[in-house]
Amino acid sequence: MSTSAIPTGTKWWSGGRSPFNIGYGKVMMWYFLISDTFTFGAFLISYGTIRFSANYWPDPNHIFNAFPGFGHQDLPLAFVSLMTFILIASSVTMVLAVHEGRHMNRKGVEKYMILTILGGLAFLGCQAWEWTHLITGEHKVLVDGALQTIGTTVSHNPWGPAVPHDVVAKLAVEAGEHVNTLGPVAFGGYFFGITGFHGFHVFSGVVVNIIMLIKTRLGHFDQRGHYEMIEKAGLYWHFVDLVWVFVFLCFYLI
Amino acid sequence: MSTQHQSFSEVTLQPEHHGSTRRIWVVMGILSVITLIELLLGFGLARHWYGDPVVNYHLILFVKGVICILTLLKAYYIVSVFMHLGDEVKNFITTIIIPVMLFVWFIISFLWEGESWKNMKNTNAGSREYKTEQLQQATPAIQQHEKP
Repeated sequence: MSTSAIPTGTKWWSGGRSPFNIGYGKVMMWYFLISDTFTFGAFLISYGTIRFSANYWPDPNHIFNAFPGFGHQDLPLAFVSLMTFILIASSVTMVLAVHEGRHMNRKGVEKYMILTILGGLAFLGCQAWEWTHLITGEHKVLVDGALQTIGTTVSHNPWGPAVPHDVVAKLAVEAGEHVNTLGPVAFGGYFFGITGFHGFHVFSGVVVNIIMLIKTRLGHFDQRGHYEMIEKAGLYWHFVDLVWVFVFLCFYLI
Repeated sequence: MSTQHQSFSEVTLQPEHHGSTRRIWVVMGILSVITLIELLLGFGLARHWYGDPVVNYHLILFVKGVICILTLLKAYYIVSVFMHLGDEVKNFITTIIIPVMLFVWFIISFLWEGESWKNMKNTNAGSREYKTEQLQQATPAIQQHEKP
């Protein structure tokens, strides 16, 4: 795309210039993001190992099927699709902010940074709702022959294999209600651990973006003569979006 | 005023995207379409293929594989266009790609390990026929309840 102004046949390694042709701060941001990639990768792969080793794993479409305001309607994937599109949209506004920054357009950077921050906050709000719904949404579970009502936490999983209908009929349960056995405890730990770690990254990203917005408003980058800080914050923010793509894949889609 | 800022003597900044944002919107469109296809496949898994005796295990695995490949495609667009890695010089791209290649080994070996662990549990380390314990664990509880 960018037909570079770099002369062909440049000797990158003969000194006097950066062989990567990129500012030090951006190089270090990239290398930090690689290390973070391996942290998230290790978490997700560990989740995969446990899931592959288990004879039974809960079906995400049964667990994540609620949407605020729609009560008990069965809407698998709906809410998490909304979260995904919010994050993609905020990634687009971020790349637009970077674009405005490269053209030294302060007003444009401010506008798109505000939109990006709003997107991040919307995503965090959605995640807070989803966690609350999972933890407080209680389900009937058959444990040692007795019924219990439990929510999904790091130590309890009500999403085990369904109890057969003829057995459910003998229990004092309202018609149409599902009764499960206990599911693998690891599910809650991995779900809350990984989405929590990702949510913390989103939160940090929002804080970084707010700082960048304030610095833009104060004119720091105009004084400095470049908006490279916006580019670094942008790299981090896109990384957060990138991780979500994989969290979405591993926890909700497959 | 020049649209290029020249702030580092050791770096030659490249003219960017002909000053247009068209490419960003195109990529946003691509990402949205891929996500919609993934969601359709996901709904297929949720609504039709799970628990359907006609549809076999291999089709489900195939659909999940397609979803994984689509996700990698999304990752490529985010990294290449949104993070501008595609605009950097080759030297730098290489230093990113090579460490990330470790994931090929990382994913294959650990998922293999999980599968092997399951086989070990279900065959008591190879000393008996393969049988799953999950339903057996659930059944005694139910029988206990039925006794009185």
